[in-house]
Parts: sequence; structure tokens; C-alpha cells
Amino acid sequence: MSEQAVAVEEKKIIVKEREPLFSKKNKKLISDPLDENNPITIQVLGICSALAVTVQMKAAVVMSVAVLFVLILANVSISLIRNLIPNRIRIIVQLVVVAALVIIVDQVLKAYLFDVSKELSVFVGLIITNCIIMGRLEAFALGNKPWPAALDAIGNSLGYGMVLVIVSFFKELFGSGKLFGFEIFGNATEQTGLYAMGYMDNGLMLLPPSSLILVAVYIWIQKLRNPSLIETH
Amino acid sequence: MAINKDSNTYTISFAIILVVLVGGLLAMIANGLKPLQDENLVNEKKQNILNCLPGNKLINRDEAGSLFADYVKQRLILDYNGDVKENTLLDNSTELNNKNSYDAFSIDLLKEYKTIKDEKIRNYPLYICEVDGKTYYVAPVMGKGLWAAVWGFIAIDESGNEISGTVFDHKSETPGLGAEISQDFFEDQFIGKLISNNEDYKPVEVNKPGNPLNEYQVDGISGGTFTSVGVEEMMSRTLIVYHNYIKNLNKS
Repeated sequence: MSEQAVAVEEKKIIVKEREPLFSKKNKKLISDPLDENNPITIQVLGICSALAVTVQMKAAVVMSVAVLFVLILANVSISLIRNLIPNRIRIIVQLVVVAALVIIVDQVLKAYLFDVSKELSVFVGLIITNCIIMGRLEAFALGNKPWPAALDAIGNSLGYGMVLVIVSFFKELFGSGKLFGFEIFGNATEQTGLYAMGYMDNGLMLLPPSSLILVAVYIWIQKLRNPSLIETH
Repeated sequence: MAINKDSNTYTISFAIILVVLVGGLLAMIANGLKPLQDENLVNEKKQNILNCLPGNKLINRDEAGSLFADYVKQRLILDYNGDVKENTLLDNSTELNNKNSYDAFSIDLLKEYKTIKDEKIRNYPLYICEVDGKTYYVAPVMGKGLWAAVWGFIAIDESGNEISGTVFDHKSETPGLGAEISQDFFEDQFIGKLISNNEDYKPVEVNKPGNPLNEYQVDGISGGTFTSVGVEEMMSRTLIVYHNYIKNLNKS
């Protein structure tokens, strides 16, 4: 009799633990990194690539997609083997998994999407060293099931990509007068459009320091809208 | 059975199994995709050679594979003095062979640029092409930009004086700055520029943008100074060989 009761109890617990795929908690995994817990502006991770690959929007988008892809796969695979990983070498294991994934992506692109792979050439190495990926593996995937880990990966890479795209929008527009390579302000060498009126591109916008300024302005606006993010100490 | 995950044995065996699995997987993938990747590289080289010819800018990579023999009539290897190396003159009926060191197409310029310090003993491949009945000499060039290699293909007209078209590419120059050398606006500036006053070789200069230009000068990339200097250096160093070859050919 008592055994039966225990069994029923256990069943209840299991039922309780089951939650819908897009429960409130899971949705938060995606929406949080977009704003309140943005990997770049709040956690200040992945700043390096935000500085380096934001000169052109196209490169920023490609980089974001690549990070999205690698982060999902890495988060899910680490989450799948999270109970097997020996604690002492967990960082090395994470590194091996991320490096392997990045190389696979690189090889497949070289074979099937040669042009994209040329576009990405410099950034592939940057993905391995992107702190966001290691950060998410260590902070989330190691302690959570594959599905939430996948959502967490999507959320974080979208949050990362969003900042990259916004920063690159301003850098490309004011640095070279273009968006996605299309001339917005006219042609600088032929002096047409705005350039005919004496407008000049801002050379600083093409250099990494301008990303710092833009990211800082982004953080400023973000904290202005949401004062709870302001650190008091 | 409970396994002690903190034991040395478990840790070491986990590491070994993981590395063997991942290593094997990567080796398999790399081997399986190698033929496709090689084909892409070969076609890209063909495409670059065809793209620098006048009016051929739009040929894409897939078309280049089959159109190559229609345009490239002969290929050969020169030495530093501009003389044809023995047995290297092949016409378009000979299949491209990446393994045959007598085939101009097989020459790995990047490797030679890195390993052979003395430019006088490097190989100088040349592609003799024909477009609308006119002959063009396509010369590959290889040098270094800010971060890594930059390279290009330069089409020279039959007189050996004038550049008819260029294609540039790079491994990892900065997007928006040095990487702009592969854009049309930069490449097209070279069309009609001279490399010779009909007698002596005179290299093309890549200047800081904004200054008036003569027929031996083009605008560099603002913010991409190192890359622009690299383009100038590789062209000036290499084109003299091809200039001498064409001049000698026209004399005889």
C-alpha cells in the first residue's frame, strides 16, 4: 500500500516537472538576453568581435548567424553530455567541442558555400574565442537540459547579433555612407549626392574605437529606459 | 554501478575517448569534403583569371570551370629574365593538371612567396588569353597586405604597355578598409594605366587618395594604406618580368 503511494507521488512529481516547450520560463530564456541580460551590453562578453566585425552590416550579419549556429550546437551537445563530463577538465571539454564545431562549420562552408566561407574567413577563428560561447556553456548548458540550453543559445546569440547589427548600421552609414554595400549618401569618389554638398565620411567610424563609443551610447540608452539595470555600488 | 567522476582514471579515459572521437570525426569530414573544396579553389582561380579580361567581369565561379579553355589559349612559366622555361608552354588542348610542375596552373605562388626568398629564382606563370581576336597576357601577382597575403591577376595588352584589367583578392584584410581592394571601383581604376613608356618598365603607383593622377598612378584605399602599399609592391616587383617577356616577344 505504502509502496503504491510512493509510486503515485513520484508520478505526480514527474508530471509536475514536465512543462510546455514554450513556458514562461523558457520564453524568458530567449527574451532576457535581448534586453535585461544582453551578453554584450550587460555582461560585457564578446566585446572583441563587436569591435572587430562591425565595419560592414553584411559582415556583422554573417558573423551573428555563424555564432547562432555554433552556439546552439555547442549548448545542446554540452547539455547532452553534461552528466558525463569530469568536473576538473570541463573547460577543456567545452573548448574541444566548440573548436570541433567551428572547424566542421568551416569545412562544410568551404565545400558547399564557398562565397560565404570567404566572407567569414577571418571570423571563424574569432568564433572559437568568443567569450559568449564559453560563457553560456559554463553558466547554462552544464546545468540544464538540452531544450532550455538550445533556447538559451538562441536568445544569447540574438542578443549578441542585435548589438552587432545596430552598431554596424551606424558605423557603415557614417563611416562609408553605405548600408549592406549600397550607397546611401551618394558616391564619395565621384562626389555625388550628399558628398556634392561637402559632406565627408567620418574615418573614425571605420576604426574599432568608434564601436566602443557606440556600444557605450547603447548601454546609456538601455539603462535610461530601464533604471533597474543601473548598478548602485 | 556508480562511477567516481572525480577519479583520475575516469578523467583521463574521458579525455582520451573525447579526443579520439572528435579527431576521427574531423578527419572523416575533412577527407570527405576535400574533393569539393579543391574543385572550388580551382574554379575560383579560373574565375579570377577570366574576370580580369576586358568584358568578362561577370563570369561566375561555376561557369569559369567550363569557359576557361575557350579564353586561355596558352599557359607557360617564365623565369625572372622573362624567358620561357623549358617544356612549360602548354596550349588549351592540354588538360589542367595541378600535380604537374610544368603546368603554369599548378604553381602555388603563395608557397613560393613564403619559402623562396630570392625573387630571381621564383616561377612566373603566364596565361595567354584571347578575347574578340585580341591577345591579353594575364599575370598573377602575390604579396602581403596588413594581415596576410594579398594577390591578384593583371591582364596586360599585346603591346606590353597597358593594363587591360585587374582582379585583386586577399586572405584577411580589414572589411571596409583594406578588403576594399577586391571591389570593382578599385580594380577598374587600373584599366588603361601604363606600365611602360614603350621602352622601359615603369611600375604603377598606388597613391594616397585625393591627389591628381597621371597615367602611371591610381588612388589607394583611405584607411587601407598597408594593403594599398602591398598591392603596389607586388605589382611593381612582378610585372617587370612579364613586361620584358612581351617586349622581347614583340621584337622577334
